[in-house]
Amino acid sequence: MAEKNEIDEFSGVETTGHDWDGIKELNNPLPRWWLWTFYATIVFAIGYTIAYPAWPGISGASKGLLGWSSRANVSADIAAVEASRSVFAEKILNMELAEIEADTDLLQFAIAGGSSAFKVNCSQCHGAGAAGGGGYPNLLDDDWIWGGDVEQIYLTLQHGIRYDADEDTRFSDMPAFGADEILERSDIVDAAWYVRQISGQESDAEAALRGQTVYEDNCAACHGDNGEGDHDLGAPNLNDAIWLYGGSHAEIVAQISRPQQGVMPGWAGRLSEATTKQLAIYVHSLGGGE
Amino acid sequence: MSNIGTLDDPSEPQELYAARKKIFPKRATGDFRRLKWIIMIVTLAIYYVTPWLRWDRGPYAPDQAVLVDVANRRFYFFFIEIWPQEFYFVAGMLVMAGIGLFLVTSVVGRAWCGYTCPQTVWTDLFLVVERFMEGDRNARMKLDAAPYTFDKLRKRVIKHVIWLLIAVATGGAWIFYFADAPTLLVELFTGEAAFVAYATVAVLTATTYTFGGHMREQVCNYMCPWPRIQAAMLDEDSLVVTYNDWRGEPRTHGRKKAAAAGDPMGDCVDCNACVVVCPAGIDIREGQQMECITCALCIDACDDIMGKLGREKGLISYSTLSDYNTNMALATDPETSTINPDRIRDENGFIEGIRHFDWRIFLRPRTLLYFSVWAMIGIGLLTALVMRDRLGVNVQHDRNPIFVQMSDGGIRNGYTVKILNMVQEPRVIFLSLEGLPGATMSINGLDQPDGVSFAVPVEPDQLRALRVFVRQPAAYIEGGSTQFHLIAEDKQSNEMDIYEAVFEAPEVK
Repeated sequence: MAEKNEIDEFSGVETTGHDWDGIKELNNPLPRWWLWTFYATIVFAIGYTIAYPAWPGISGASKGLLGWSSRANVSADIAAVEASRSVFAEKILNMELAEIEADTDLLQFAIAGGSSAFKVNCSQCHGAGAAGGGGYPNLLDDDWIWGGDVEQIYLTLQHGIRYDADEDTRFSDMPAFGADEILERSDIVDAAWYVRQISGQESDAEAALRGQTVYEDNCAACHGDNGEGDHDLGAPNLNDAIWLYGGSHAEIVAQISRPQQGVMPGWAGRLSEATTKQLAIYVHSLGGGE
Repeated sequence: MSNIGTLDDPSEPQELYAARKKIFPKRATGDFRRLKWIIMIVTLAIYYVTPWLRWDRGPYAPDQAVLVDVANRRFYFFFIEIWPQEFYFVAGMLVMAGIGLFLVTSVVGRAWCGYTCPQTVWTDLFLVVERFMEGDRNARMKLDAAPYTFDKLRKRVIKHVIWLLIAVATGGAWIFYFADAPTLLVELFTGEAAFVAYATVAVLTATTYTFGGHMREQVCNYMCPWPRIQAAMLDEDSLVVTYNDWRGEPRTHGRKKAAAAGDPMGDCVDCNACVVVCPAGIDIREGQQMECITCALCIDACDDIMGKLGREKGLISYSTLSDYNTNMALATDPETSTINPDRIRDENGFIEGIRHFDWRIFLRPRTLLYFSVWAMIGIGLLTALVMRDRLGVNVQHDRNPIFVQMSDGGIRNGYTVKILNMVQEPRVIFLSLEGLPGATMSINGLDQPDGVSFAVPVEPDQLRALRVFVRQPAAYIEGGSTQFHLIAEDKQSNEMDIYEAVFEAPEVK
């Protein structure tokens, strides 16, 4: 502190003696309690770093006397949430799917839980909005290969489709009529025109007539006389507007010649039964459920 | 804060931090003190009593007149209930409070600080306790200087206990605005209330006790931004507490002696009454000061003395700067540049040119502008309140995917529809679809067949979210986006809310 202090003429306040090009600093003293408050915050800060994890070391930070940790906090929060959900979770485990759907609260809980499980486990193939695409079935529409009631959806989820690791998996195998030379190329083309016709798309009437015979001899056994498909066999409906592998003539020909057959893993061993049930209810609620 | 101890001798090492100077305000009596008592009683009564007022809202809503229900996101104020999305009412009232403050400040200066600020009101209340226990100014100063005896200790302890009780009651009253007051009161005493309730009471107890009992004017001088802001909003026509030195100076103690000597005599007798009553510990005669909260107690004190001396009251008064300057110019002797009160008096009292309080200062462009803005916002809010809907429908179209191809060639769109029943009784709301040819709706969880109109029961004062699927058969599909209406209607009250929704379909090739 400079020694030469003077009284400022206008304010009557003493200067600190600091002078910058004629501008002098006035000394309007801070209140003393302000200073003590400042010291108190310093003391508090030191205590805080002792009580809580703070000081960095070589292999980690100091633990703090209170033993607080953010990870323990999160664990406690999660445990609390799970405890609050346990009433619902237990009911879902013990009740039939149809009963759960009839209970408004349980239904809401199951849909919320199913939705979050879907985002984690299913959205990779079926899409975040469950609209499928590129050979992965759309779960929103009303066309189901293996059945779209909640029990069937649950079974599909449990055991998967063409999933080698599960003996009870849903299995269907469409013959490769072209690749295995079961049918002539021309028959396949005709059969594809017939399928175009029964599904209400533009077609070649003459070829379709020929294709009808091919269809009745080779396809109707699984896909049905009118192309209505069969849930038990996993045979897709051929007379509607929905095509898993495309509905153009070329795509139908390709599918008859060398069928693509998708695989879905079974989730029985990987997801808890309650979660699988919630997933089934969620998928069933998406709008196309039967 | 200018006169610390080292002024007399600048060679002394100076202090950078100053201790608080104890202030022992003397009890004042007079018109302003009476007004302050009334305002204090009214504001404290509003604060403590409001949560206990009941207001019947029927069986589906709380019966507390004023309640901030944070858990359920509702704010109740007598007949008004506000949902979170209607918070603009609160925002609008805050804007009104702000502009109202501009208005009041431009007319009567720091009236907020002097009369209604909680810091002022509670400090006043604490001073009442202090005076009751320890006596008025002189007795308190004496007691403060005295060594600790049993009697001093007794007085001090009781004073602090009463302060703490007031502080606890203050913190306690606050939390009653956020929960049912009678229930919470019982829970508080039986230890069943939430931790946050106890924590809030504890924090507010500590701040009330510290600010009202110990810090007082320090809060205004060092912690509060208002003194600076409000001072900036004053102009030369604002009424502020003013020492009229044009009639007070030169201060004359020994009047007979001065008269004998023929010296000019001001009205101020230097009795110090204005200084001893000041809760901010300043001398108003030094002119406008940042520390002055314009509580006007010095006016009362001075008027009392002037009355006793048989002189005209108003030596200290609410006065505007422009009046003061005019009067000052009249009172100043141009030759010596000193004040001579003889210049502004004749045998009838003050000379004609002296300006006194005039109601017309209230009607200035500035105050009229503030008032009209304030009133317009008020009218706007009232209109919005009267016109607001108590039934609403919000629709969110699914984004992923925006439409679903159905097996029969039709197209389905999914929506999340939220029906807001903002009255306190259960209602059946009809949700119907209009303007989309051939389309039908289905609603998840409502066991009803597809159709264009659904009866949806909605709980009182609740929002009901629905998953709604709208399906249009292949024959009607036009492709691209089609606008249609989703209508929520209460057929009993004929309230209706229409949402313009969009139906998406693939482009027709």
